[in-house]
Amino acid sequence: MIETRDLTMRYGPRITALDALTVSVEPGVIGLVGANGAGKSTLIKILLGLLTPNAGQVRVLGLDPATDGETIRSKVGYMPESDALPPDVTAAEFVTHLGRMSGLPRPVARERASETLRHVGLYEERYRQIGGYSTGMKQRVKLAQALVHDPDVLLLDEPTNGLDPGGRDAMLTLIARIGTEFGISVVVCSHLLGEVERICDTLVAIDAGRLLRADRVEAMTTGQGVLAVEVDEGTEQLIARLTELGLKVGTEGRLLLVPIESDDTYDTIMGAVADLELPLHRLDQRRHHVAELFAAPAPAAPAAPAAPEEAASVDR
Amino acid sequence: MSTDSVIHDIGYQRYTGRRLGRGYATRSLYVHGVRSVFGLGRPPKAKIFPWAVVGVMVIVATVDIAIRSRTNVMPLSYRGYCEAMSVPALLFLAAVAPELLCRDLRHNVLPLYFSRPLRRTDYVWAKIAAAISGMWLLFAGPLLLIFVAGLFTVDTWRHRFDEARAFSGGLALAAIYAVVYSAFGLLFSSWLRRRMVASAVIVGYFLLSAAVGLIVGQLIGFPNGKGIGQMFGPATLVRGLADYLWSEPFTDINDLGPTYLAVAVGLVLVCVVLLHLRYRRARS
Repeated sequence: MIETRDLTMRYGPRITALDALTVSVEPGVIGLVGANGAGKSTLIKILLGLLTPNAGQVRVLGLDPATDGETIRSKVGYMPESDALPPDVTAAEFVTHLGRMSGLPRPVARERASETLRHVGLYEERYRQIGGYSTGMKQRVKLAQALVHDPDVLLLDEPTNGLDPGGRDAMLTLIARIGTEFGISVVVCSHLLGEVERICDTLVAIDAGRLLRADRVEAMTTGQGVLAVEVDEGTEQLIARLTELGLKVGTEGRLLLVPIESDDTYDTIMGAVADLELPLHRLDQRRHHVAELFAAPAPAAPAAPAAPEEAASVDR
Repeated sequence: MSTDSVIHDIGYQRYTGRRLGRGYATRSLYVHGVRSVFGLGRPPKAKIFPWAVVGVMVIVATVDIAIRSRTNVMPLSYRGYCEAMSVPALLFLAAVAPELLCRDLRHNVLPLYFSRPLRRTDYVWAKIAAAISGMWLLFAGPLLLIFVAGLFTVDTWRHRFDEARAFSGGLALAAIYAVVYSAFGLLFSSWLRRRMVASAVIVGYFLLSAAVGLIVGQLIGFPNGKGIGQMFGPATLVRGLADYLWSEPFTDINDLGPTYLAVAVGLVLVCVVLLHLRYRRARS
């Protein structure tokens, strides 16, 4: 879907935004992660045909942005990182207007604008002026305008910027739905790896304009899993019982971490908890965080304690 | 399927219909621009000022008509009306040009436009055309009123023909005002993100340049001083140009007519080129 070969972009003699970047991604939900200034926004602008690279080739949907920018831009939706909304129009009017700018006939634009606003979770509010919206609602309007013309690819630049944790979750869930239910490929830029790894099926990590790694998420997270168990009381009892049953139990604060050795491990733990009549708080499989894989490119990363969300960025 | 009053989420619908291209987008942006010049499709607050100016224009036209019907003399001819109304037109411009450009600049809306099929030049041309059309309509409406009323006061076909010719002259002069004023107004607006500042700068420039022209004219002195000085202010420039184009006798421009034409055309071109440059470099 998107292919680049030796893509290089310099701003002046000093600043190299992209340095011989070669990457190829298939349709799906793609996470483009990198620290601020890693070249994510530059890459997006090249994909849109708004910037011309100094060297290298790009293909978006099989087209060259330099020559077919117009065609690409009619098939792609872009959500910029910055605020981009005038306060004194209603969301419905604004999205309709931008739908027409994407080539939708007026009645279609109006219809699709309200449909899209409904899909992003703004329905009742769409006849209110944008100036009165919360940050979360504004982000949704920005997403709606990128979606109004039913693009084949969505390019989202830091869509969770400025949102509180609840807003982030809602936005990420929405993006995941667009990718899976709507059948639109999505490229999500973020500097928070922990955030996008949840919803993406492909991850592309760049740093200082170079490719760190690009792969499908499954390929990055395969390997032995760990079950995290938490009980409200009787933690000691449970450790004793599980050890007795031959499981290697590790602890992390109140959590018990049990490596999955066979298909029975899960049942064994459930059985032990039931026998001891302990109040089970949680029992879930923990994936290796992809962050560890980026931080230590060695294949079998040890099951280190999970990095807190903030440390999960590749910002080093 | 149940028939209860349940809202069914029919899911996301892909759009397979027609997609119109750049030309359509540019035209839509133009129409949107002309509408917003008059505050149409905008909140009530945005309608007050443009329509207040329209009101003034119509009132003056009505007075002109009334006097003519009583006395059979026209205090303001069609072209005279345009010249007399250049001040309200300037105020209109100071509202219109920032409305067209500053909103998009200030709120960073440009990336949303430029990530769509239309190009930067399309955006600029659509805005220029919208400003010119809006300004022209401001004159053309009242002129049409004067013309229709005028047709009732004359009774021979020859007079009706003369009336129509004078009317078309008025429309042409209105177009010249619209082009020259819009070029300046848009150029200033494109560099200033705040609407109020842009309005003030536009009015300020028109007044200041006229004052500078007056001083320069005094310094140069007889015979061409006045004519040269009047080239500085856009308002007097257009008036001088009109005097030349319609070969008015006894004016300040003497034989500077062609110079007026060249200066006017040159300034408009410079403004348009600078506008395009401004948007070529605009952040997307």
